[in-house]
Amino acid sequence: MDNLTQTMQAVPLEHYIWLCAIIFTIGVVGVLTRRNAIVIFMSVELMLNAVNLLLTAFSVHHNDPSGQVFVFFIMALAAAEVAIGLSIIVMVYRNTQSIDINVLNRLKW
Amino acid sequence: MGTSVFYFVATLSIIFSLMVIFSKNPIHSVLYLILTFFTFTVHYVLLNAQFLAVVNFIVYMGAIMVLFLFVLMLLNLNKENEPNKSNLLKIVGVIAGGCLVVTLMGALKAVNIDSPLVLVDKDLGLVERLGKELFGKFMLPFELSSILLLSAMVGAVLLTKKEEKTNG
Repeated sequence: MDNLTQTMQAVPLEHYIWLCAIIFTIGVVGVLTRRNAIVIFMSVELMLNAVNLLLTAFSVHHNDPSGQVFVFFIMALAAAEVAIGLSIIVMVYRNTQSIDINVLNRLKW
Repeated sequence: MGTSVFYFVATLSIIFSLMVIFSKNPIHSVLYLILTFFTFTVHYVLLNAQFLAVVNFIVYMGAIMVLFLFVLMLLNLNKENEPNKSNLLKIVGVIAGGCLVVTLMGALKAVNIDSPLVLVDKDLGLVERLGKELFGKFMLPFELSSILLLSAMVGAVLLTKKEEKTNG
């Protein structure tokens, strides 16, 4: 483990930002292009994870454990969010017999 | 070996997250999402954030993914009734995502950070250090998050409960 983290010191911080930006964008594209509510939800999870990784990288960069504590709180929040979101999806499915989000267009202008 | 581990795992996480959004079957999406989260766990281990690696492994790959799989199983979806957007909208979505990534790259170029990641403190991400932080400075948010989890649990049960016929 010591050896592995020693070698990590050569990775520039910029590359972490690139990786997280790309994963976040993949999440955004997933939200924009899919119509299945559960897949949209998974894309939101991807975005949350990209932000978590970036927070951890910056926390290591600044040598400040507060960033990692913040990631811990985001994970607790994500667990709560997934429980509520999936129960809303189950409720929508029970009412409309589908999880296509285009069924839910009553607020569309 | 050097830094090639990071680049290998980063490539894997990008490939798996692309598979999440482009696979037709939602079950395959969930399985690729599990793989993506596993690569994120490897990233945390590489950053020596061992506590977060374990929490990511247990909470995301354990709890959240089981929840997703159970809901997919309960809804009984199959490939035939999988809703699909028109190709035009898909292309527009990909172009919008490309614009976003170009904007982020441009902003990053303007800032120009090129300092390598240096792990000054060996036990930064270990349980002892984070526990002291969590139960010292962040005591109140920690307790509040327990209320958040409790209200989420109550809300989930309330939302999914079958509505009984109201009799007065």
